[in-house]
Amino acid sequence: MTAPAEAVVPAIEARGVVNRFGAQTVHDGLDMTVQQGEVYGIVGGSGSGKSVLLRTILGLHRPQAGEVRIFGTDLTALPDAELRAVKASYGVTFQAGALFSSLTVLQNVQLPMLEHLSLPQRALDELAMLKVRLVGLSPEAAAKYPAQLSGGMVKRAALARALALDPRLLFLDEPTSGLDPIAAAAFDELVMGLQRELALTIVMITHDLDSIFRTCNRVGVIVDKKMVAGTLQEIVEHPHPWIQSYFHGDRARRFGVTDGA
Amino acid sequence: MHLEAARRGSALRLTLAGAWNARELPVIEPQLAALDLSGAGSLDIDARGLSSLDLSGAWLLHDLVLRARAAGAAVAWEGGAPPATVALVDKTLGSETASPLAPRSRHEFKPVTALGRTVVTRWEALEAGLAFTGEAALRLLRGMTSPRAWRLASVTRHVLETGIKAIPIVALIAFLISVIIAYMSAQQLLKFGADIYVVDLVTVGVLREMGVLLTAIIVAGRSGSAFAAEIGAMRLNEEVDALKAIGVSPMEVLVLPRALGLVIALPLLTVIADAVGILGGALLCRSLLDMPFVQYFQRVDESIGEWTFWVGIIKAPVFALLIAAAGCYRGMQVRGSSRELGRLTTVAVVQAIFLVILADALFAVLFMEMGI
Repeated sequence: MTAPAEAVVPAIEARGVVNRFGAQTVHDGLDMTVQQGEVYGIVGGSGSGKSVLLRTILGLHRPQAGEVRIFGTDLTALPDAELRAVKASYGVTFQAGALFSSLTVLQNVQLPMLEHLSLPQRALDELAMLKVRLVGLSPEAAAKYPAQLSGGMVKRAALARALALDPRLLFLDEPTSGLDPIAAAAFDELVMGLQRELALTIVMITHDLDSIFRTCNRVGVIVDKKMVAGTLQEIVEHPHPWIQSYFHGDRARRFGVTDGA
Repeated sequence: MHLEAARRGSALRLTLAGAWNARELPVIEPQLAALDLSGAGSLDIDARGLSSLDLSGAWLLHDLVLRARAAGAAVAWEGGAPPATVALVDKTLGSETASPLAPRSRHEFKPVTALGRTVVTRWEALEAGLAFTGEAALRLLRGMTSPRAWRLASVTRHVLETGIKAIPIVALIAFLISVIIAYMSAQQLLKFGADIYVVDLVTVGVLREMGVLLTAIIVAGRSGSAFAAEIGAMRLNEEVDALKAIGVSPMEVLVLPRALGLVIALPLLTVIADAVGILGGALLCRSLLDMPFVQYFQRVDESIGEWTFWVGIIKAPVFALLIAAAGCYRGMQVRGSSRELGRLTTVAVVQAIFLVILADALFAVLFMEMGI
């Protein structure tokens, strides 16, 4: 992956985001920039506000202060009607899949298309099927209901739905959680393949070190209510104690990350 | 303009421009469909001028290439290779013109099959219902010997939820019903100057039938649905399986406390409904018939027989069991999707109300035979 030119608008630019719930401050002046074409991993301890940050960037939650720009559009100042258009420009997969349980996989993929585009029936059917097959699901799986799918298939179906509107920006919330290492590796490979061929920008929240080392160009760690970001190498060498124990714990050893590397 | 076609002899040349994406697809597709490929020996596609090309656009091109090949044209891409996105679609779909759609289930009507299926599913439902009732009864019997199995804290909570919190609405409905009975009967009885019998009608009507029946119907709507939805959501969330895995019987911790709580709450609610109903009658008799309270209550006292009150109250625990059974059983049947949850909650309420009214009719026959 080549580094994108400086002149290009960043895919995501968050400045001074403050999120407070009652007396508890989750983010206090958080900055985050994701360039186009990057695979950006968000890491942080439980309760550090990864999900709140994701909801803020998605425009599902308005922060108390700060601004969030997606492809240059400030979400925090946008009226709901225009927010809807921005929402059509990204795809999201949620942690547990969040597939609509009363619809088949194919109908799940078609739902965003029906809402946002006016397509003829043939295009609707075939484009949805294209996306189902693109994520490696069989045409038979397209007719199934979410309850009939295995964990790995749910993740793939969720990815197919996230791709429904051909977004340039993809958010993945713990895409490999609950998958066995082989399925997780296959899923990462799928995501990376799509990223390359469709020139996607990907933001993923993950706890899976394998996944981070396999996929991410840059990593942002939420510590002390702020974001510490850099390339994987920079983050691994960062002196913050939490980051040190995250990347230099026993789990990390097997990736050849050694102290002072 | 998204495409420009130039024809020289049998060679067709397409120059693509603009944005080929999902949003533009409805505009581009008719233009492509209008393209005449017959007799074209070769098709040259120049995609270098595109400002953007997403999967939807690529699918259109993939489709076009297949159509051209089917028409016998040799397809070539200006600049050598197709754009990466088109290559991805080619790789995913292969050379299929149309990706095989999931077969839509056909609903052909076959009377014999339908009849057979209905009989079998009804029979299975009956069996499942019996099994549920049997298991609940067994658990209850086992609970007699070990007080721990009664889950008193849980039962208390359900008495609060289904009983105490229902008092305002039950009281209001009981009041309105007694007012309606009093008003309707007063209109008729005044013609005969027999207005004192309004009191009898209100008293007997409320105590024997209306008090308990309407309370049961309100509780069926309130708590029958709550039972089905709570247990159903727990099933969707795999909480019921978690209970089983811990070695705890869902029947014991989910169903029995609800049933017991309701068996305690419904008779008490009925007493309140009875009291409020008679008070409502008193107010109406005073304002409509100028009957003093003392006279009203004297007449109430005379009209109440040995069994009048008990005939109503005896029915309450039975209704409670029916409502709890319908709610919990339907909740336990939820699996798969949130739509099931909604459907079975509806079924639970409808069935609970049906069972209550059916049981009330049977009680009426029973009491008549017994002469009380």
